[in-house]
Amino acid sequence: MSAIVSFEGVTYRYPESDSPALEDVDFEIEPGEFCLLAGLSGHGKSTLLRAACGLVPHFHGGSFAGAVTLAGLDTRAHGPAQLGAFAGALFQDPETQLVTSSVRAELSLSLESRGHMPGAVARGVEEVSLALGIDSLLDRSVHELSGGEQQRVALGAALAGRPPVVLLDEPTSQLDPVAGDELIGLLRRLNQEWETTVLLAEHRLERCLHAADRVIALRSGHVAHDGDPASFLAWAAEESPALQTPGAKLFALAGLKPPPVGVRQARGALRARGLLPREGNGVSSPPTMAPLNGSQTPPSADPGRLPAFRDRPQIPQMPPNPEPGPVPGGRRTLSVTGKRRAGNASAALRMRGVWHELKDGPSILRGVDLTLARGETVALMGANGAGKSTLLRHAAGLLEPTRGKVEHAGRVALLLQNPGDYFVHERVGEEAGPDALRAVGLLGMADRNPRDLSGGERQRLALAIVAGAGAGAGAGAGIGAGAGAGIGVDPGGGDGEGGPVSGRSPAVLALDEPTRGMDREAKAELARALRARAEGGQTVIVATHDPEFAAACARRAVLLADGRVIADGPARELLAGGWYFATEIARILGGAGGALLPEQGFELLRAPALEVAL
Amino acid sequence: MFAGKPSFFYRRLASPLHAARAGVGAAWALALTAAALGLFHPLALLALLAAVLGAGFGAGVGRQLSRALRTAAIVAIPIVLINVLVSREGLTVFVRLGDLGPFGQGDLTVEALVYGLVVALKVGLLILIATLAGLSVDPDELLKGLRRLSFRSALTASLCVRMIPLLAADGLRLAEAQRTRPDGARTGPRARVALLGAVVAGSLDRAMDVAATLELRGFAQPSPSRPASRSGAWSRHDVAFVCSGLAVVAISVLGRLAGSFRFQAYPLVEMPVTAGALTLCLALCVAILLPFVDRLGIEP
Repeated sequence: MSAIVSFEGVTYRYPESDSPALEDVDFEIEPGEFCLLAGLSGHGKSTLLRAACGLVPHFHGGSFAGAVTLAGLDTRAHGPAQLGAFAGALFQDPETQLVTSSVRAELSLSLESRGHMPGAVARGVEEVSLALGIDSLLDRSVHELSGGEQQRVALGAALAGRPPVVLLDEPTSQLDPVAGDELIGLLRRLNQEWETTVLLAEHRLERCLHAADRVIALRSGHVAHDGDPASFLAWAAEESPALQTPGAKLFALAGLKPPPVGVRQARGALRARGLLPREGNGVSSPPTMAPLNGSQTPPSADPGRLPAFRDRPQIPQMPPNPEPGPVPGGRRTLSVTGKRRAGNASAALRMRGVWHELKDGPSILRGVDLTLARGETVALMGANGAGKSTLLRHAAGLLEPTRGKVEHAGRVALLLQNPGDYFVHERVGEEAGPDALRAVGLLGMADRNPRDLSGGERQRLALAIVAGAGAGAGAGAGIGAGAGAGIGVDPGGGDGEGGPVSGRSPAVLALDEPTRGMDREAKAELARALRARAEGGQTVIVATHDPEFAAACARRAVLLADGRVIADGPARELLAGGWYFATEIARILGGAGGALLPEQGFELLRAPALEVAL
Repeated sequence: MFAGKPSFFYRRLASPLHAARAGVGAAWALALTAAALGLFHPLALLALLAAVLGAGFGAGVGRQLSRALRTAAIVAIPIVLINVLVSREGLTVFVRLGDLGPFGQGDLTVEALVYGLVVALKVGLLILIATLAGLSVDPDELLKGLRRLSFRSALTASLCVRMIPLLAADGLRLAEAQRTRPDGARTGPRARVALLGAVVAGSLDRAMDVAATLELRGFAQPSPSRPASRSGAWSRHDVAFVCSGLAVVAISVLGRLAGSFRFQAYPLVEMPVTAGALTLCLALCVAILLPFVDRLGIEP
């Protein structure tokens, strides 16, 4: 079978760039393969996708060596317009990929551009809309659609001409876990039913590894690994731990091999070793498991050792949560009413019966009661459109409740979704003061242009702009304690003429989807930074779709749906028991012990039964 | 969900006007425009104004039309003032400003005031009709028709239409981000220039992404197809709005020819209010509003 996509010795350098974005890349993809592109940010995934469809070099310029062929067409001789007939592309931001005003016009555009007859255009639009479940949206305006709907319409526009190849660059980065899983399932269905070749770049590999036939890992523009998902995980464990899925990391910590591709395989492997009960499906079963041996060192990598404790009958109870609760004297409980209480003295932010009702429109928030204690880290989760962003805007005072009240013990710093919206200067050093830059590790980049920074660096710079150097004066007192009430005005910074921000530290730091497009390393770094701020007394609330990030940075989780708080409790309980709003480790272990992260899962697996029970 | 999207753009709503095909909606709006331009009798213009506002509420865009009416009022006031100050044609003086040197006699006349009001009313009507059409006629469907004549020009126009709400949303986002800075939204010339630079840079980034998308969708292909016109039989709403538009034009022409809508501002205001004029005004309102009574089959 001849390859549908092939790269032969491709080296590419962007204009005015010193180092190549792709270097000596060689591989072939057969028709009908589902191929995943893995790699850290800035290591060439997006460039490779753009090379596959001819945007590199035709659109971006630069120097290009080697050859890329798509469906037999050499991209050096054929431009993106011709290649687009064979490759549909979907990039990160769906808004920029919708170029007409209505969904129907959007879906028909590429067919009309390519000279299809009216009947064929109508059929193509009808079929692709039915296939993607967007037929009800056909007469809607694109600017009325939610992020998830926009992503589906953009995918529909890419697929309308039934191209044999589809190229996707982090298509799930703006989607909630449910919509993200749906999109991956949809791609798998297209791949299996239509034999569409899929080339997908993604950071959250745990979401899509199970669907892939093959993984190509890029490192500094080179193909560092090319193989099936299992071999990729084995390679990642040795060569690039940052690319490991949480499940694979758990297995690596426990010395179990091979690393699992997906939750089902992990559960099967643990069950086969007697580490999970055989009965139950893990969701309804009680959170119990047999432990690894009780030694303090990980067991041998030899799978043969594991049966020694397979049949241990002792079932540990949930280990105690080592993290102190935010409510003084109160036991942390999972509440479905959202009415957690914290005393005035320790509360940094309190929302009482907050409603946001649109004129001639729906209610976005419906009587939200939420109290955040000082130094607390809270993950705000929920589907697209649940009201997370609106809630954070109310917390920061950008919106006024139509009913209800918001109180805060000091300034509430809000980091919005697009860090680029904060940058108005040519130099990083003009955007934020030296202390704030030092706090986010960007002091050495003070002379660079903010728009030249990587995604993670941009996020950190935006954090420095809104939150300053770290926890400090603003984080000292609770609501009603008389200090710093109201959104603060920086006494020292802010000259009104564009000087760098050196603002007083906020009492509350709110972040809206801060991890979009971030790789695992950058997310871990951000989570560490947020925990450090919380330890310094700042309250941190993060709206996120990423359960792994939520588990890494937050002790408490709040679940919103349809503008209401439907669950509120310790992250180790709330993120442990679900299908979607749960980490991979929690899904593998069935929520046992409230283990969310690989390290916690490993501790649980190796905990001696009696010790844990006590 | 973030509750801050701009809403002053076309949205498919459950209304007879939205249910009609775009070409019919646009033609109906053109008929109203022709009436607004051709009629000068204040009574006829007021009837047209009332009918257009009623049509706005019938189309579900009454709130936006009310906002447009405020804008029209802001535009109308200087028109009236300027006409009163510069016109020297009226005979009925209501304020004598005396000799203004090089500007001559500064007498303000009732005729100039009335004519200024008529012109302001006509301008206001044009603003309202344009707003109603902009909110109720699908620009994509309309431009799709034009693509049959010039594919790329019409697509470029379509793209511009799409970009307006997008850039408005970008502007909202940038403004919001600036408000979240600890020192608040910055002011002063330097800050404004910096912000403008950021807006331009963001727009260029967006333009690059859109251009890449268009490339992949075959925008540069040499032989685009002529898009199909909206197929199928004309709906009851298509027929109703065609009849309505024809009736509006016919009533306007009849009113002018029969002298019922006779109007003269100078040298003395001549504006007969006859039974014929009142009947035709009523007919004008009925012709415009009648299509909105039929609510069958209007769901998007």
